[in-house]
Formats: sequence, C-alpha cells, structure tokens
Amino acid sequence: MIINHPLLGPRDAQEFTYLGDAALIERPDWQAEDAHRQFYEYLYLRDNPAGEHRELWFHEQGDRSWLVVTRNTLTHEITHVDLARDVARAKGRSK
Amino acid sequence: MHDLVAITSLGANAARLDCVGAVTLTEVPDWALASVTARLGQEDACRVALATLLGVELPGPGGMVAGPEVSAFWTAPDQWMVEAPYEAHQDLARAVKEVMGDTASVTEQSDGWCRFDIEGEGLGAVFERLCNLDLATAAPGSASRTAIEHMGCFVLCRTAGGHISVIGPRSSAGSLHHALLTAMSSAL
Amino acid sequence: MTQSNRLTAGRIDRAQVLNFTFDGKRYQGHGGDTLASALLANGVRLMGRSFKYHRPRGVLSAGSEEPNALVELRGGARQEPNTRATTAELFDGLEAKSQNRWPSLAFDAMAINDRFSAFLTAGFYYKTFMWPAAFWEKLYEPMIRRAAGLGSISFEPDPDCYDKGFLHCDLLVIGAGPAGLSAALTAGRAGARVILADEDFLLGGRLNTETISVGEQSGGDWAGTIVAELAQMPNVRVMMRTTVIGAFDHGIYGAVERVSDHLAVPPEGKPRQILWRITSRRALLCAGAIERPIAFSDNDRPGIMLAGALRAYVNRWAVTPARDVVIFGNNDDAHRSAADLLARGVHVAAVVDIRAQAKPIADYELLAGAQVVGTQGRLGIRGVEVRLASGEIRRINCGALGVSGGWNPNVHLTCHKRGRPEWREDIAAFVPGPDGPAGLSVAGAATGLFSTASALSSGSKAAAAALRDLGIRARALPQPATEDAPVSITPFWHVAEGKGRAWLDQQNDVTVKDVKLAHQENFRSVEHLKRYTTLGMATDQGKTSNLGGLAVMAELTGQTIAKTGTTIFRPPYTPVALGVLAGRSRGKDFRPVRKTPSHKWAQEQGAVFVEVGMWLRAQWFPRPGETHWRESVDREVLATRRSVGICDVTTLGKIDVQGGDAAAFLNRIYANGFAKLAVGKVRYGLMLREDGIAMDDGTAARLAEDHFVVTTTTANAVNVYRHMEFARQCLWPDMDVQLISTTESWAQFSVAGPNSRRLLQKVVDPAFDLSNEAFPFMACGEITVCGGLRARLFRISFSGELAYEIAVPTRYGDAMIRRLMAAGEEFDVVAYGTEALGVMRIEKGHAAGNELNGTTTARNLGMAQMVSKTKDSIGSVLSEREGLSEPDTLTLVGLRPVDATQRVLAGAHLMTKGTVANAANDQGYITSAAYSPNLGHSIGLAFLRNGAARKGEVIEAVSPLTGLNVDVEVVSAHFIDPEGERLRA
Repeated sequence: MIINHPLLGPRDAQEFTYLGDAALIERPDWQAEDAHRQFYEYLYLRDNPAGEHRELWFHEQGDRSWLVVTRNTLTHEITHVDLARDVARAKGRSK
Repeated sequence: MHDLVAITSLGANAARLDCVGAVTLTEVPDWALASVTARLGQEDACRVALATLLGVELPGPGGMVAGPEVSAFWTAPDQWMVEAPYEAHQDLARAVKEVMGDTASVTEQSDGWCRFDIEGEGLGAVFERLCNLDLATAAPGSASRTAIEHMGCFVLCRTAGGHISVIGPRSSAGSLHHALLTAMSSAL
Repeated sequence: MTQSNRLTAGRIDRAQVLNFTFDGKRYQGHGGDTLASALLANGVRLMGRSFKYHRPRGVLSAGSEEPNALVELRGGARQEPNTRATTAELFDGLEAKSQNRWPSLAFDAMAINDRFSAFLTAGFYYKTFMWPAAFWEKLYEPMIRRAAGLGSISFEPDPDCYDKGFLHCDLLVIGAGPAGLSAALTAGRAGARVILADEDFLLGGRLNTETISVGEQSGGDWAGTIVAELAQMPNVRVMMRTTVIGAFDHGIYGAVERVSDHLAVPPEGKPRQILWRITSRRALLCAGAIERPIAFSDNDRPGIMLAGALRAYVNRWAVTPARDVVIFGNNDDAHRSAADLLARGVHVAAVVDIRAQAKPIADYELLAGAQVVGTQGRLGIRGVEVRLASGEIRRINCGALGVSGGWNPNVHLTCHKRGRPEWREDIAAFVPGPDGPAGLSVAGAATGLFSTASALSSGSKAAAAALRDLGIRARALPQPATEDAPVSITPFWHVAEGKGRAWLDQQNDVTVKDVKLAHQENFRSVEHLKRYTTLGMATDQGKTSNLGGLAVMAELTGQTIAKTGTTIFRPPYTPVALGVLAGRSRGKDFRPVRKTPSHKWAQEQGAVFVEVGMWLRAQWFPRPGETHWRESVDREVLATRRSVGICDVTTLGKIDVQGGDAAAFLNRIYANGFAKLAVGKVRYGLMLREDGIAMDDGTAARLAEDHFVVTTTTANAVNVYRHMEFARQCLWPDMDVQLISTTESWAQFSVAGPNSRRLLQKVVDPAFDLSNEAFPFMACGEITVCGGLRARLFRISFSGELAYEIAVPTRYGDAMIRRLMAAGEEFDVVAYGTEALGVMRIEKGHAAGNELNGTTTARNLGMAQMVSKTKDSIGSVLSEREGLSEPDTLTLVGLRPVDATQRVLAGAHLMTKGTVANAANDQGYITSAAYSPNLGHSIGLAFLRNGAARKGEVIEAVSPLTGLNVDVEVVSAHFIDPEGERLRA
C-alpha cells in the first residue's frame, strides 16, 4: 500500500507501523465518575467496519509522525490522511 | 584535552574506503550532528534562530540545506538535524543550544549515527537495490528517512545523482556497509 | 548429434552451437533455443511423466503456461526442480533431467498407477486412505508423496544470491507483444517514465511466432525495431526475462527478473534473480492470450500439442516435433497453424475441424465436421482416429497433433485484487471484468482483441489514455498496416466419443470423467471442483486447463459458463524461487547486527557473544583454564561483588526527553510520580500499558529542569519510543515535550562493586566529587573524564552493589573500556557479560523481561504501591480492575531448593505440597532461575498465588513434561542485601 503522507507525499506502507482504530486518540478523563467503564470501552470496544475505517499509522521508518489514515478495509483505498496531532487538537485534546 | 582515541563506526582508526568501478563508498566519521526540535509555541522563533545559525533558509519537509559552516536537514515536523565538521564542533549540541536558547530542544546525535558517502556514476542503479526512494526524481538537496535492509537511514542527495550520503544507526555500521557494498557490486 | 527436426529460418542464432544433456544424453541446440525447442529439434518428444499416473508426456505449449514438460535443471546445489522446458533458455553446458520417473523416462515402474486409475479418481485421497486414521501420517501420506509428486531438491544451500529492488514509473506495461510494444512506444515518445516488462528473452510476443507482417517488415523485425527505439529512450526501461508476478495495492506490482538463469553460473557478485517492487502510477496489462486444448480420448500422448505452439516452434525456433502433422480445432486460428507448417515444408496430413462449414486456407486436406476420437502411440503419438462427418472412422498416421480449442485472454493479473472476469459469447472466452486493480487497464489479446492490428491500436490508445489520466500529454500513434482477421470459433470443449480417458488438466491428471464424478458427488462450485479434483492446481495453476474443466461442469449442471464462473487467480503468475523472496536476508545477513561500543575489545578478550534482539552482547568472558561457562560466570559474579566488575550496558534504550512539560509528560507515562524529581537525581520508573499490564521499566535521570534521559529495557526500546510518541502526538498534543532516541549516541558502562567508586575516581576528572555525600545513590550528572571528555554519570545499580553507569560519546567507547579495565587492574577488575548480569539481578530480585512478560501487573511485581492514585498516568485506571485485584493474585517471590544440590528451573510450575500436579491446582510459575555463586545453590524468581503471605512454605516446582519435581522454599526475592546497604555505601 501507499500512504500519502501529508508532509512527505506518497510513501510505501512498509515504512509504517500500524496501531489500530483512530478512536484511541479519544482517551477518557481519568477523573470521570465512570472512568472505569469509559476506559474499558475505550480500550476494548471497537467497531470492525467492512468499509471506511479511520486508523492510526506511525511513520516509524520516516519522520516519526503518527497519522490518521482513512482506509477502506474492503478495497484498501485510502481517501484521507492527516497528522494525528492535528486530529487530536481538532478533537479538543490539549495537555 | 582528554587523551582518549576515537574509533570509527566500523571499528577502525581510519575511515574505510571501497571502490566498485568508478563509484566510491567512503565512511565519513568526521561530522558532528545535533538534533534541533522547536519548543511548543516557539516554532517561529526556532526557525529564525536556526536560520540565523545556518546562514541560509531552513529546509522544509524532505529537504536539506548547506550553510557556510553548518548544514541542516529536515527530520520531522519542527525538527532538524544540524551537521558540522567534527574537529571544529566536537560539542556541537552545546554550541547550538546556546544559540537556540529556549526556542528549541537540542540533543547530541554525533555518535548515534554512522555516515557513508557514495559518489560516482550510476548511483540510481545502486539505490534501487537498497531502498524504496524514487531517487530518479529526487532533487539535489532532498533528504529522506527510509529503511535500508531493515535499518532506518537518512538518505541525503548532496548533488543530483552523483553524491549521496547514507546516515544510519551507528551500532549497525557493519551491516549497513555490507548492504551498500553488496548493492554496489551487484548493480555496477 | 544431428538436429533432425530443425527446419530453415527462425529467430535463432545458428552460428552459436550450444551443447547440453537431457537425462545424461548429449544434444546440441542453438542460441535462442529453449530447452523444449532444442529437444524437439533433436527428435525428443517424451519429456516427463505425469503427476499421478506417470503417463508419458511431452511438451504441450511454447510458453510459461506449460503443464507437462517440467524438468530438473542443473546439478549439485544448483539443482532446480519443476522448471518448464518451454521457458528454460538454452545455454552451453546445460544439464537437464526428467523427473517423477524410475528408473528411466522411457520405462517408469510407477506407471503401474495408470493400471489402477480406477482407484485414483477425483477425491481418492479422501476416500481410499481414510482408515485406520493412524495410518495416514505413518503410511499413506509418505507412500503417496513418494509415488506422486514432481521434482526433487538438492538439500544443499543455494549457492546463488538474490536481490530485491524498488522501481518507480508513470506507466508499467506488462507484456511486450504487439499491444505492449505499441503502448510503450506511445508512452515513451510522450516522455513518460515507462517500464516495459516481459517474461521472454526475446521481446515481441506472438510477433516472433507468426508469419504476418507489420507495415513493410516481418512481425519479428518490426518488434526488434521498436525495442531498439525504446532502448534508446532514457525514460524507458525495457526489462526482458522479467515476469510481473502479482498486482498489489495502490499500483504496486511484484516482478521477478531472471538475471542469470540463462548463464551456467551467475557472474561474481551478481544476483541470479531480482525481486522488484514496482510502484507505478498507472499500469497496462498486455499479457496476450493463451491457447486452450480440446479434451478427447488419449489426448495426452507426447507429440500432441497446442496448434499455436506448433506454429511457434516452426516459426520462431525452426523446429517441428515431427514431419507428419495433423491439426484439430474448432476455430479459424487452427488453420493458420496448418498453413504455416505447410509453408515450412512440414507435411500436414489433415486438418480436422469440428465445424461443418470450415474452409481451408492453404493446400491441405480439410476434414470438416469431423472429430478426433482416439490416438495411438505409447511414448509418442503415432496416429489419430477421426470420426468423419460421414460417420466413418479414419486412421491417419502422424508424429504430432496440433490442437486448438480457441484462445483465452490472459486475465490473471486483473483478478489479483478479486476482480472477476466476464464471459464473452462471441469469442467464447473470459475477458477482464470492470473491477480489476485500480489504475490497471488492459489492451490487446488480453482484452479479447485477437488481431494484430487491434492489438497495436488498443495498446497505443490505452497507453495514451492512462497518461492523460496523469496529466501527461499523449496521443495514440498511427499504426502500420497488418493482419486484422476476425475471430471465428464454435465453442467446443471435449469429444464425447472415445475409449480412453480425455485429459483436461495434464499437470494434475484430471480427466473429463473426474469432473463428472465431482459433479455426481455434488462438488459443483468451481472452487469445490478445484479442491476435489485438483484441477488447476500446481505449477501451471491451470492456465491451459481451467476453462475446459469448468465448461464440462457447466454442461453437467446445465448452467452457462458465465454463471459457472472461474476460480480466483492469485499471485504469483508463475512459480517463484523461494530464494528471491528472501533476497539478501539469509544466513548471517538475515537481519542487521548491532554491535556495542566495546565489541572490538570484547572480541579481543575472547568473549562469547549472544544475540539479544539484533544486538550482539558479550555473554561471558572465558579465561584460560575455564572449561565450562559456569566457571566464567561464577567468577565474574564473585569478583564483581567482591571488588568491581564492568559491563557494557549501551543496549538499553535511551530517550532524550526535553521541554517545559517534560516532567509532567513523564508523570503521565510512568505509573509512579516524576514531577517532583530533583535535578541531578535518577528515579526508577514503571510504565504500564493502558490495560494496566506492566509494559516496561527503567530509569529517568533529570539532567535539567526541562531535560530528562529515560532508559528502557533493551528489548522494548523501539516500542517504548513509539508509545511515547503516541502519547505526545495523539493524547497530549499541546504538551511542550520533545523526544529523540539517543541509544547509540552514548557508550554506557556499568561499573559495579565495592571498589567501583575508587576505580572511577581514577578516570573521572578531579573537579567532580564522587564521594557518597556529594554523589549519593540515585544521583546523576554531566561530568568530564580523562582530561576533559564530556560524559554522564548515573549512580544506579542493577546488581545491588555500589554501582555507577558512566556514558561517553560512542566513538570513545572502545578507548573507555580499555581505560576502565586498565584503571581497575589494581582492584582485580573483571569484565562481566549478560549471564553474570542476569545472575546478579536475580540475586537482587530485580524484575526483567522474564517478569515483565506482557501478562503481569504492578501488583504481581510487588509494586502496587508505586502506582499513583493522585495523578493521571497511562494504565492507572484499568490497573484497578477487579480481575487484576484479587487478593490471592500472583506475586513475585524468591525460591530456593530445599535440597541445595537440586536446581530450580525457569518455566516450572508451582504446586502446593500434596496436590496433584495439574492445571487446576496450579499456583504459579518460575520466571527466572540461576545458580548463585554467592549462596552456593540454585535460586529462582517466581510468580506465586498469594506469594507475599507464603514465605517459608515449601512447595513443589514441577514440569510434568520433563518429569521434574523439586521441593522449593518460598523466600524473599531479595537474596542479597535485602536492606540495600551496599547500594548506598
């Protein structure tokens, strides 16, 4: 596969390491009332879509950026690639 | 002045030189490296300070520039690797940090890496056996990190197709040298 | 030897005479020959024995689709089985052997299978060898494997080397026949970066095997002209002997280039083959078409070939398998073969065409509306029986029979991404469907455009369209005048009449009757049919046989062929040598080696090395007179604890953590607190995964308010760095923290033992006070050594002794170890390796990889109190889960054998005394064990249920597998200096 890196352009998937669902960015608040339940759901309950999937890839043999890649799990078509840091900020994550 | 004697990444007292046809493979032990990463919120100040230090415009993603004394290549968002001759810049990181101040985190990288320069005609044929970079379209001044035989390396095109530096993990210098020399023998 | 069947002309180099042997017999051929063409030239029709029945078989095709003529090439370590004689390029000195026969090709004892064919029908594996079950592995399978099967291997290491490589292009053109050449020329002239790949060693495809002309030139000459022009273009790479074996995601194609297979031995340093990973922006499949046979009674005798292959041998290689030939077909193209043979002086005894309206196109006898219903000849065809339109039977003598059932577009690569071909009734063939790999288009015969003119124009048009897609200006080229015959075919798959078996798949010995049996037993889907009968399996993957098989199935089920469908083609297109998939990654080059800064010195000391991940670390340093590793290790341990020892610990991961939020960041990464760590201090840190399981441990040294150096275990260095980058970029993107690995930048040595301070004082520059007061346990600092070299000093201890780790720039690591050893001479310093390191950490009760094994929690490790509840850190919430908090959970304990002469063994499980040793009674397991030279007996670390409360209890360490059962006493994990007085000395 080829991943179109937002900064470096098309790079071979062999340079990347896969982590999983991009929902891992949305780590719950440790002080929430139901923090245990939230963390359990965060870590263990994921969708496994046949189709578009937003997922985390790490450019390990490259610039060490974490990327959010939107990939169709049926066709492997990649429609969107963002820097995970930008995605995280857009989701309101900060410090 | 201390009295310890350095050895090269390949474990010798002098740099290794190999030739295949008219292409040379040279171990380059005498360059100092330091990483410079902008502090959060200091990105612009860091760029200005680093550009002043280099004396040239900073390179963007995938690029490198050579200043009069010090050069730099892009390694990650808001991160650059600075290179300078080792003899005159043994403690490069400290010197760079003094210039950068609180605008950047600076880390000594001189001995984390080994560097091999390949020079001559036909480097395209050699590198297509080594890594998945499209060097035919790479402009001089391109700098990419990629894998060569499982080793994460920077590949720097110093001139168009005629002079390429491979900067790889120092502990694997022997394996990297073997891979480069094997590819040269195979392709040339 | 005479080449009795060699004709005139052809695209071979007669000046070049090549000697070769087949089954030990000497022959001669010419440059440009394949092994198959050279054997045919010498009158050899019998080339192999079939897989199951050991039927005599000859060559069927003239290309890589060959099912029959599989041979062993070369000898010694280079022996290669299952090579198609039709693609093996002849070279001087080639040795080839037939396979799957004993004692000889002409007399094969295993041909007895043929007599028992009634028992060896479809699914016979599943039916015949079922009972008793135990016989399968011991008797049936070995027996079948001996009897059936193909070539043999040498069992020696492959002496050749293989490369991998990476190529990039705008347009990859797959196949250099008329469509491919025309496409490459169009794209090349437009200035695009083009790769033209073809499996053959002569480019031009069918242009080299036909008598048609292109413009003013012969087809072959035209191809030569175009190839010469392409070779001149700097933007075009022409790759012959290169098979594109697979289509992968996003325009990536795999290709194998056979660099040296046409040479006796690859030149020094050069690879035999190269596996190319081609990244193309667009690709064009111009793979042509493959002729298919018709099944009829005894249609597998040597000398029975595809009609187009006969024509190819005559035209390209100037070879005929025999002087008297019969042609049998259902389409106009069969007649072309007859005409070309006649033109070369081969006697065409008859053309048998199933179509009553067929017309001759040359001076041969046409038997229209007739069918071949049988053949004669045991080791080669001698004649055919033809049922004439009149109903009479006619016998015709011949030495070869050319069969044509029509042509199948070569759609293989369009299916590699699960694309489905579509049936076209007018040409009675499957053509590429619309759902092929993105970016791949198809031209020429591969799309069902069978004439030369349509191949040329479709290739050019498709190339221009692909380039326009990329924004490259290109237009289709005007094409020279050439053959443009329409397709005329009446679909016909097998002759119903006949006494013998009608073979569909000659490689797997599958007959029409086998398909009928599969149908009868309800294995009707094409995928079931394939598995049940083995139709279309093995080295040729049914290139000539699949359609025949499924056409027969379609007849039986009453469905159309379109409805019946095909099995899925998968990579590789043709068989690939395993060596080329490995590339250079074999033997000692399997993966890179990482060497420590003291490697050279350790080598000089005669160190024994061990692989730790990619690192080579000194395991122990044998001294003269030491004959067993334990002697060396015990000495190293004792000397270190008595005086001082030095160990290279560079392999531990080091991550430089800087920034205004560096401390806050580490506070989140580690379960224990780091915010308040003073500058100049080191702290042990435990890292959890988010699920609460221990991930890694190490230390963090605070060199400045905004600067830490974190260490990781050797094994987890990469994972921890990745994890920290994830936290930095994805979880807390606005923290001011910067990370970079410095593992290799610093040569780091542990200097441990009561005399370590005195030793270091001789090396560290006098400005730095190493006294216990000035530089206490867990201090760190930047110092200089040996008169000014910058260095880092950490007072940390893995061994439990007074100990330091000292780091200098890696290039000085070699000089530093020598200096340290010299400075330590007066203290009888020893160098110690990973074994002694391990013994000492077990003696001290420090957890390592065996304990941080991906299943253990802080509580298991006895570190529950370290997990801070007053801050957010990764894993802290889920570490409190119910299931991880059971009161009798596994806890780290020490174990000592009750009988000091017995050994504690890692991996053994723990049982309460008096219970049966089974999983239900399991109380835990031993993670690490060693002989402690200080205690004089074996010791171990273990996870034991409720371990903290069981000190003093005697339990059993068992290994039912090896019969081990040792009584062990539960003790503290800290065997040495439990109060930690030595550390702080």
